[in-house]
Amino acid sequence: MTGPWPLRLTLLAAVGGLAVFPWVGDPFYVELVIHLMILGIFAMSLDLLMGYTGLVSFGHAAFFGISGYLLALMTPESGGLSIWLALPVCLAGTAVAALVVGWFSVRTSGIYFIMITLAFAQMAFFFFVEHQDFGGTDGLFVADKPFVGFGGWQLLDLRDEHSFYFFTLGLLVVTYLLLAMILRAPFGQVIRGIRANEARTRALGYPTQRYKLISFVIAGTFAGLAGFLEAAHTEYVSPSHLGWHESGLVLMYVILGGMGTLYGPVLGAFVMGLLHDQFQDLTEHFNLVMGFFVIAVVLFLPDGVAGLVARLGRARGGGPADPPR
Amino acid sequence: MSEPILNTLDLSRHFGALRAVDAVTLEFAPGRVHAIIGPNGAGKTTLINLLSGDLKPSSGSIRFKGQDITGAPPYVVSRLGVGRSYQKTNIFPAFTCFENCWLGAQSRERTSMRFLRPARRYRSVRERTERALALCGLTERAHVVSSAISHGEQRQLEIGMMLATEPELLLLDEPLAGMGAEEAARVIGLLRELAADHTLILIEHDMDAVFAVADRLTVMVNGRVLETGDPQDIRASPAVQEAYLGSGEGGG
Amino acid sequence: MDIAQFLVQVLNGVQYGFLLFLVASGLTLIFGIMGIINLAHGAFYMFGAYVAFWLTGVTGSLAAGILLGLPFIIAIGFLIERFAISFLYSRDHLYQVLLTYGLILIFNEMQKILWGTDFYSVPVPEVLSGSIPLTENQAYPVYRLFISLVCLGIAASLYLVIGRTRLGMMIRAGASNREMTQALGVDITKVFSVVFSLGAALAAFSGMIGAPVSAVYPGMGDHILIISFVVVVIGGIGSIKGAFIGAMLIGLADTFGKVLLPELASMTIYALMALVLLWRPQGLFGRPAT
Repeated sequence: MTGPWPLRLTLLAAVGGLAVFPWVGDPFYVELVIHLMILGIFAMSLDLLMGYTGLVSFGHAAFFGISGYLLALMTPESGGLSIWLALPVCLAGTAVAALVVGWFSVRTSGIYFIMITLAFAQMAFFFFVEHQDFGGTDGLFVADKPFVGFGGWQLLDLRDEHSFYFFTLGLLVVTYLLLAMILRAPFGQVIRGIRANEARTRALGYPTQRYKLISFVIAGTFAGLAGFLEAAHTEYVSPSHLGWHESGLVLMYVILGGMGTLYGPVLGAFVMGLLHDQFQDLTEHFNLVMGFFVIAVVLFLPDGVAGLVARLGRARGGGPADPPR
Repeated sequence: MSEPILNTLDLSRHFGALRAVDAVTLEFAPGRVHAIIGPNGAGKTTLINLLSGDLKPSSGSIRFKGQDITGAPPYVVSRLGVGRSYQKTNIFPAFTCFENCWLGAQSRERTSMRFLRPARRYRSVRERTERALALCGLTERAHVVSSAISHGEQRQLEIGMMLATEPELLLLDEPLAGMGAEEAARVIGLLRELAADHTLILIEHDMDAVFAVADRLTVMVNGRVLETGDPQDIRASPAVQEAYLGSGEGGG
Repeated sequence: MDIAQFLVQVLNGVQYGFLLFLVASGLTLIFGIMGIINLAHGAFYMFGAYVAFWLTGVTGSLAAGILLGLPFIIAIGFLIERFAISFLYSRDHLYQVLLTYGLILIFNEMQKILWGTDFYSVPVPEVLSGSIPLTENQAYPVYRLFISLVCLGIAASLYLVIGRTRLGMMIRAGASNREMTQALGVDITKVFSVVFSLGAALAAFSGMIGAPVSAVYPGMGDHILIISFVVVVIGGIGSIKGAFIGAMLIGLADTFGKVLLPELASMTIYALMALVLLWRPQGLFGRPAT
């Protein structure tokens, strides 16, 4: 893991906490935490674009949804689809979609990038809404969870809630480690440069568009991983998975959690997801409360939750990058 | 005279009706320090931007070491061995000086599409970075965030980032702008040192500095080349004196 | 498709384009002048439609509903600019997106609290309820023509106000150079207030006058918002002329798309936007990014 040791310890403790949770927590919350961890993967993937490459995508949910649809379409009625087939196909499909969308999008920047990514996501949204073969507005059911094993021998039964929990937790950690590795590698140095000063990065000898495109594809693929897990977990996928509200939500997790740190967006997803759940119990009009909460955070917590944590903990060196002004 | 390392032919760049650079034909000999001087608005920075690929020419051509680079994007020009520094400090403010230079040094690797090994373990890049920091005099400030160093140091860093890319030809756009006397003297010393094994194309307003380091001069006025020659010829040229140097006090 | 059908589709497309223009022009002004990405702009359109529905029900007249409702919504717009948006002028676009996203959540929920989740319709005013016969079995409703004419009038006056008046001059100056405008002694905060309230008024009016031809339903604000963004981006951010051309293009593309390619209708406008951006990344009338 990256960062100074207090942060590493905190993150290890958090993973440890998540690892023991299924044995102490209420089954309802186990289900909820699976959902939150999936959103955490989704938010981290967007942060690679927003927090590290400087590209604000308002259509990131497209890849989340496309992956889910691929899983739903692949899974036969009788079930038994091997994860060694399902996962690569879903990830490769999402990567290709991200390559196409990214190829068009990285030519633009700023608000035009925000809008063109939104436009592509809307195209995908309406494609699934208007094609009855794909379930239209009702969406599709995933007939069965993928089979994890070799030959007939089962490694992990995803139908079991605890197994699915640990499967998701494992992928959350793997995603974090992979992204941290990419960010420390030469590629990560270049995309950070692009975010800080693209023209100068180009002048130093980097074909920046190519780097932005690859970053877009990587982010899309990890969003696909999250979408795969979501569809497998709920056994359902619908156009709302790729709608702009979903893209807006994940954007919110990243900003509220704190851009430019990998743990920030996960924190954002957990905090917002839990609040959503609490408000939902409290009042039928929880969106009203959520709205006021979001506004309050924007006005009073400019660096997100991670910024607050960093300020309180006086963490040095590994704190969040400066938010853009 | 040896084959020029860089030459332009009828190079022009128009912005609407304004001919910022107008039919400029110039040859730059390898190993020389060639200064471009002229009043504000003469088109010097536009010329540098054309040479570095930051701007595309409206017409004309540019050749670098015999290869046509007209309209090539900046990253291609940079990778061929042309480095540039900017008049307005153009750094990565949130990065440390080390990280600023690192990005320049890393660009000399065959590719940066590498995703596994931590960047800091690339020894050749590290060495290049440290060399560049030493040359521009910022070794001691290596791990200070570059937005926190003085303006003069940022100017040094600007040059250091360029040096980290190990260019053959340096395009320097007013490297002394905004520097104190002491820092300027340092940088002039550095330019002299670099002149030993690099080609330098230099824009500078400080005439003392120009005459101290340049061995060839081009005077630009209104986007056109007025005259090119050795320093003493330029200083003696009546046309240049009238157009630019005023009453002829050159100094240096 | 015969000539009469074609004409009907053109008129429908233009009429839809005009309604879009009213929403998009405010959006583009607010972005161009104030530098604010206002996701909550669609909410004004939605509130316009609901207020028109409510007040028409109370007074029995759409005209009265509009006259009574408009000042109310302008006041809301004014207050939002003062107490939320004005804190964001120096912040990154991201925070504006987030804050106005929060506003959407609040507005959509308030709409649900006030009017529930049912679909409503607003009757076409009696005097305008006729149709003009085109052929034996083709007729065009007068009210739709009326919408186009009114909007044309508004577009023309907007053009005159921005091109010819002192306020318009300040708005144009504010869009091109904020610091300079302030240096010249113009109170930019007042200009911002006016622009934001004007944008709210235009969007609300669009929702009101359009209510009789489109149903009044939850989420209608989100829908128009996204399409208006497409219009603004196609036209070039900050350009009123661009918003007009973009609105007409989208109005016609959407209308004809529904007739000619019903399978792909909703995708056509987004595809159009992607094509325009590929050709001109700054939109048709936008200034190139530096």
